[in-house]
Amino acid sequence: MLGRLSFSAIPLDVPILVGTFLGVAIVGLAVLGLITYLGKWGYLWREWLTSVDHKRLAVMYIVLALVALFRGFADAIMMRTQLALAYAGNPGYLPPHHYDQIFSAHGTIMIFFLAMAFMTGLFNFVVPLQIGARDVAFPFLNNLSFWMTAISFVLVNVSLFIGEFSQCGWLAYPPLSESQFSPGVGVDYYIWAVQLSGVGTLLTGVNFFVTIVKMRAPGMTWMRMPVFTWTAFCSSILIMVSFPVLTVALALLGLDRYFGMHFFTNDGGGNQMLYLSLIWAWGHPEVYILVIPAFGVFSEVVPAFSGKPLFGYATMVYATCSIMILSFLVWVHHFFTMGAGPDVNAFFGIATMVISIPTGVKLFNWLFTMYKGRIQFHACMYWAVGFMVTFTIGGMTGVMLAIPGADFVLHNSLFLIAHFHNVIIGGVYFGYICGMNFWFPKVTGFKLNEAWGIRAFWFWFVGFYFAFIPLYVLGFEGMTRRMNHYDNPEWHIWMLIAEVGAVLVLLGIVCQLTQLFVSIRDRNLPANRDLTGDPWNGRALEWSTSSPPPPYNFAIVPHVHGLDAFMHDKENGIDTRHAGGPYAPIHMPKNTAAGFFVGAFSFIFGFAAIWYIWWLAAIGLIGVIGTVIARSANKDIDYYIPAEEVARIENEHSRKLMAQAAE
Amino acid sequence: MAHDTTVQTAGHDEHHHESPVVFGFWVYLMTDCIIFGTLFAVFAVLRNQFNGGPSGHELFEFSGLGLETALLLVSSITYGFGMIAAHKNEISKVIMWLGVTFLLGLGFVGLEVNEFAHMIHEGAGPDRSAFLSAFFTLVSTHGLHVTCGLIWIVTLMVQLMGTTEIPERMMNKLTCLSLFWHFLDIVWICVFTYVYLASMI
Repeated sequence: MLGRLSFSAIPLDVPILVGTFLGVAIVGLAVLGLITYLGKWGYLWREWLTSVDHKRLAVMYIVLALVALFRGFADAIMMRTQLALAYAGNPGYLPPHHYDQIFSAHGTIMIFFLAMAFMTGLFNFVVPLQIGARDVAFPFLNNLSFWMTAISFVLVNVSLFIGEFSQCGWLAYPPLSESQFSPGVGVDYYIWAVQLSGVGTLLTGVNFFVTIVKMRAPGMTWMRMPVFTWTAFCSSILIMVSFPVLTVALALLGLDRYFGMHFFTNDGGGNQMLYLSLIWAWGHPEVYILVIPAFGVFSEVVPAFSGKPLFGYATMVYATCSIMILSFLVWVHHFFTMGAGPDVNAFFGIATMVISIPTGVKLFNWLFTMYKGRIQFHACMYWAVGFMVTFTIGGMTGVMLAIPGADFVLHNSLFLIAHFHNVIIGGVYFGYICGMNFWFPKVTGFKLNEAWGIRAFWFWFVGFYFAFIPLYVLGFEGMTRRMNHYDNPEWHIWMLIAEVGAVLVLLGIVCQLTQLFVSIRDRNLPANRDLTGDPWNGRALEWSTSSPPPPYNFAIVPHVHGLDAFMHDKENGIDTRHAGGPYAPIHMPKNTAAGFFVGAFSFIFGFAAIWYIWWLAAIGLIGVIGTVIARSANKDIDYYIPAEEVARIENEHSRKLMAQAAE
Repeated sequence: MAHDTTVQTAGHDEHHHESPVVFGFWVYLMTDCIIFGTLFAVFAVLRNQFNGGPSGHELFEFSGLGLETALLLVSSITYGFGMIAAHKNEISKVIMWLGVTFLLGLGFVGLEVNEFAHMIHEGAGPDRSAFLSAFFTLVSTHGLHVTCGLIWIVTLMVQLMGTTEIPERMMNKLTCLSLFWHFLDIVWICVFTYVYLASMI
């Protein structure tokens, strides 16, 4: 009846998990209680959970990403603490099977649910506004994508309290991840969570690709597109090309586990290196999917706070596209030690090093943008400059790893761990937080507190170096990754320094939370309000709307006259908004609960498949198909905002603008 | 100048509502194409890993295969007739051609399931060898797509019943399904040549 599920699956014997569960339960009940007390369930359901508005979905994605950050970071600091303790006979406080789940969950959560969700949130908020569109091409699919991501994250967290998570690392290499060696539900949780979130990501990729191709405002030619939109475009292409490969890789692993097939098994003619090839044919583009939009953020932020146009716009676009293409030609560098031979390794080594050329072009473009600029050291600029330093170091260690000979020594060591955290934290994370500081007033109508933002930056920046430079050293000293304990006393001091770094990063996260709290508390102070919609003297179209933008974004679709469309209009005295109209009724998509229900049924399906509860899996699957068919038959999917309503909203914003100008 | 721009903008705005659905679906199909491409690559890697079990040469029979192929190819033509009728707004004919397409597709899936059952009965199931794992996965991924297409056909037939005209949204759905159905035909031709014919030579 319940497949593999029984009461013994609940880990009551692990005090850390029981404590975590109580913590989650108390916080969860408090949040639910607060919503009930405030009577906000209806509001939450109608205006947020069922919303198809890209701006609302963006906020939900970023909230999801921040929750994932806490979970992923809790895993990280637990690992650091374990390794600070567990040497010379001391087993530490985490037994190996628990420790292995933690590092697997850490990687999975940080990539799929922090980074991907944050990136999708930024895409959602910024891209339609930058191209002068009223929404994405497929608003309903956008909502569906969000729910697929959200339920997958829930599935990963359910594994904490019911059963276990994978112990095979964030990519679940076979044969370890085959049922012969991992008979439990951990790998199945991993497979289903990543597969279901992959559906959401793939639809996001298609959605933004079509949005950018088809829905740009009149006059916005390709070479007038803001660089962030370019990076979103390249990232979407990478998603569309690489995520299907991930889907296949994990599906085949699942078939091995569920039906005893022999794709990657030791026996039966299976081939483990086939899995590595497939997973990295996705995995390498994946890191570029994440970092290219971060480059886009810096390309918006650096000009805004240097008071200059971006240096070398065209080279920035070409560099982005080159990186996009090159990212498909390097995957074998993740397994140089496979034994493909010197010719193959040399090709992939050189292809990897070549990526540093377009990346270098970008870096110099940002530096030249700052050169002789009127630089304001806003919190955003701290993250941007911190990125330039940190990412350059990470890029150079990447070039070191790209040398096959060096890689034979360094691969699977902590040097590799230090390298990719160097580029992922220093590139992706710094970039997204920079973007959050930059676009926050556009989303909410008030600015993020700067002092706390700068404190958060310094803790993160210094903490990063304390946490990861020791890992480079340890890599040279021969310490491999994923160790639960060790007995080399020379390593211990470096592990203690890394633990200090993790604590500094924790303080950075605390500063970020404080920043959010202080900013929301002081949101009505005049200095914090963004009444004009253009707090940084911005260059692209998103700054031409009010903050937050009206549901339809643009009352009259703007006409683009040049690169940096809004700055061009400001400099030439053109009113981008066409204030005063005449306004026409605006056609809008209606909110729908279909995405939520597809997500909920997918969750049921995934959970049931993990535990072999086949009748429940059937219910989930039928629920998904039924909801999609019902949605397809629904004719009540759109409405019009009357012209008078549009005029009312626009005139109110015009009054604010005039009052602001008069001051 | 400013007034002039307003007029242009408003004019363009009318065209802005041209639905991106068909283009979007085509883009989605290209990602599906990558799924099949990857499965073909996997099959190419594992096609000789028989693990002491039967090879394709011993397993595949041309007769059933020819019929399967014929059913699927003809179903593409009948779907095409359905689309012609849809453009002429002849709804009863659309439903009739969709019905014929459905039956042909159902025949295809039935023959495929029969072939699979026969192979598994003979001890040549997907768990026998890496070759058979790759074979069953590639071919049944296609079969699963056809099955989804069948559910989709029935859905649209029901939605069309009792209506007197085909609105834009329904036309988009029919066009997307048309793309999907022809796409599956193309994939099948690749399966037929690369998986079956190449193994039988």
